[in-house]
Amino acid sequence: MPKLNMVQAINLALKEEMQKDKNVVLLGEDVGKDGGVFRVSEGLLDAFGHERVIDTPLAESGIVGAAIGLALYGLKPVAEIQFMGFIYPAIDQIFSHASRIRARSRGRFTCPLVVRAPYGAGIKAPELHSESSEALFCHMSGIKVVVPSSPYNAKGLLISSIRDPDPVIFLESTRLYRSIKEDVPEGEYIIPLGKARVVREGKAVTLLAWGSMLHRTLQAIEDIDAEVIDLMTLNPFDEETILKSAKKTGRVVIVHEAPKTCGFGAELSATIAEDAMLHLKSPIMRVTGYDVVLPLPKLEDYYIPTTARIKKAIEEVMKY
Amino acid sequence: MPEKIIESCNVKRLEILDEGGNADESLMPPLSDEQIKKMYELLVLSRAFDQRALNLQREGRLGTYASILGQEASQIGSAFALEKSDWIFPSFREMGVYITMGYPLHMLFQYWSGDERGVKCPEGLNIFPVCVPVGTQLPHAAGAAMGVKYRGDKKAVACYFGDGGTSEGDFHEGMNFAGVFKLPVVFICQNNHWAISVPREKQTASKTLAQKAFAYGFEGIQVDGNDVFAVYKAVKEALEKAKKDSGPTFIECFTYRMSDHTTADDAARYRLKEEIDNWKPKDPILRLKLFMEKKGLWNKQYQTDVENKAKEAVDEAVKMEEAIEHPEPKDMFTFTYAKLTQRQMRQMKEL
Repeated sequence: MPKLNMVQAINLALKEEMQKDKNVVLLGEDVGKDGGVFRVSEGLLDAFGHERVIDTPLAESGIVGAAIGLALYGLKPVAEIQFMGFIYPAIDQIFSHASRIRARSRGRFTCPLVVRAPYGAGIKAPELHSESSEALFCHMSGIKVVVPSSPYNAKGLLISSIRDPDPVIFLESTRLYRSIKEDVPEGEYIIPLGKARVVREGKAVTLLAWGSMLHRTLQAIEDIDAEVIDLMTLNPFDEETILKSAKKTGRVVIVHEAPKTCGFGAELSATIAEDAMLHLKSPIMRVTGYDVVLPLPKLEDYYIPTTARIKKAIEEVMKY
Repeated sequence: MPEKIIESCNVKRLEILDEGGNADESLMPPLSDEQIKKMYELLVLSRAFDQRALNLQREGRLGTYASILGQEASQIGSAFALEKSDWIFPSFREMGVYITMGYPLHMLFQYWSGDERGVKCPEGLNIFPVCVPVGTQLPHAAGAAMGVKYRGDKKAVACYFGDGGTSEGDFHEGMNFAGVFKLPVVFICQNNHWAISVPREKQTASKTLAQKAFAYGFEGIQVDGNDVFAVYKAVKEALEKAKKDSGPTFIECFTYRMSDHTTADDAARYRLKEEIDNWKPKDPILRLKLFMEKKGLWNKQYQTDVENKAKEAVDEAVKMEEAIEHPEPKDMFTFTYAKLTQRQMRQMKEL
């Protein structure tokens, strides 16, 4: 079985889905000849031609808006936004249209598109190349938000996202793109959306994370019987798995890269408080990015949650 | 080195039928007497629908409504050129287009009364739901046209918006995609001269809206938007061009919003009565009537019949709409996603 990094795994998922279904088309800035700035679509132009791998004008709203039109027409567009920080011009299209086409047309029209965007800090990139704004999209009903944490689950989740009948925001951690290699089988396998993954079982504390923070969370575990859950899909998220674990351990630490205030950790924390409060032994803790404008590279390491901060939070909840 | 002119563009204006009902025969599109009568009947029906909607709103039987008064020729003339299989991306002031395409009248009332089931486009028509944000539908039209082109279908896409819409960023992005990819799309801009209270000259310093198309590498034309023949001809030719894979066209229908922006607006606050009075003789229905009278296609009895038929259709639609059962509260959950989420299922129980 080939060992692939996340870029290669996503490339393989795109290639296989395009081979299987002629309705799958890619569009975005530099996705064709250049293979995407992270080379995620490398080789796909040669394999599928300009009609299916479309270099667009530099226009994020236009890319997502055109993807909506393609999806309405019955195609399965996969749009790439070059960095998550550049998705903001397309938010109008995502919020005002993609999320509500099924509802507004009472199911006559649907919008099965995927918007892929690299996210997150840690690769010393310029301003707005390191955003982690997943919570914005989780707030909007009608769209799904998926964040893979490894090459294996990136492929399986992307296949599910492309086949999903609803619009999916698919966020790929830039820091994970090339830092992990693992066995990624060729051919079809699916990781269902809306299901979390118990990465390791434990009884003492539940650690919740997704994307790049999963790895930092795992690194922070020392001599503690921690249960670690990789959410994978943030919207709709797997309440059942999370609540089951929270009730079992009675202690929860949530780790995310985005700022604390109104970050997705707030939703998880509130959900656990609503449904599992009487099982808790300690307050729910969040380890997050700070409530600041994301700093440029010289300070970004101070912004991203460190293993030390995660360890400290685990120690805190274990005091109870 | 001497400076050279490296690009220039000429903006054409098409007029066929004047205010006195005289048509330039050399420009007349091929339309049978029956088709001309059908157009007239659609104009009258659209106005009857519009007036009834305004009345129902005043009586509290309909929600906020955006009148099409004065713009009927732009809408009926353009939609008359469309096939049912073509795709239409409307804004929120396109009831004449819906009516011409055969959209059930009672569903239009249903939508404006606040019932979403009214914009569930019936099978056999491809009209996208009313687009409330301004100008955001242009990229959708471009995307759908990319789909048409990709599949090699003999269809075209029509996208409707107004003068205000041309100021939006998505106008640029949609037009640009259409030009770059040479898409089978026709942009139908109803320049009704007012975006709520902001007049056309404050939207853009361009002399015409049509000329904007040239910057995107395709043709723009201005037509007399109150002349149903001119609108029909320009749109028909643009659709044929699109279906021959010869690229997009931008059509500026030069018309006037005779009504308030919506029933929630009072245009007397910002525009002069004289301006409205100046547009009254340009009425699209009046001039077609004069034309038809000269051709022996119109008489008083015909007028009475057409008006009665329109009134009956509108009466029937109102009756049908008002007999529709109130939507089930659970209905709001049904179409958020293809399948209800666990959380939605629990929330539904709170209703």
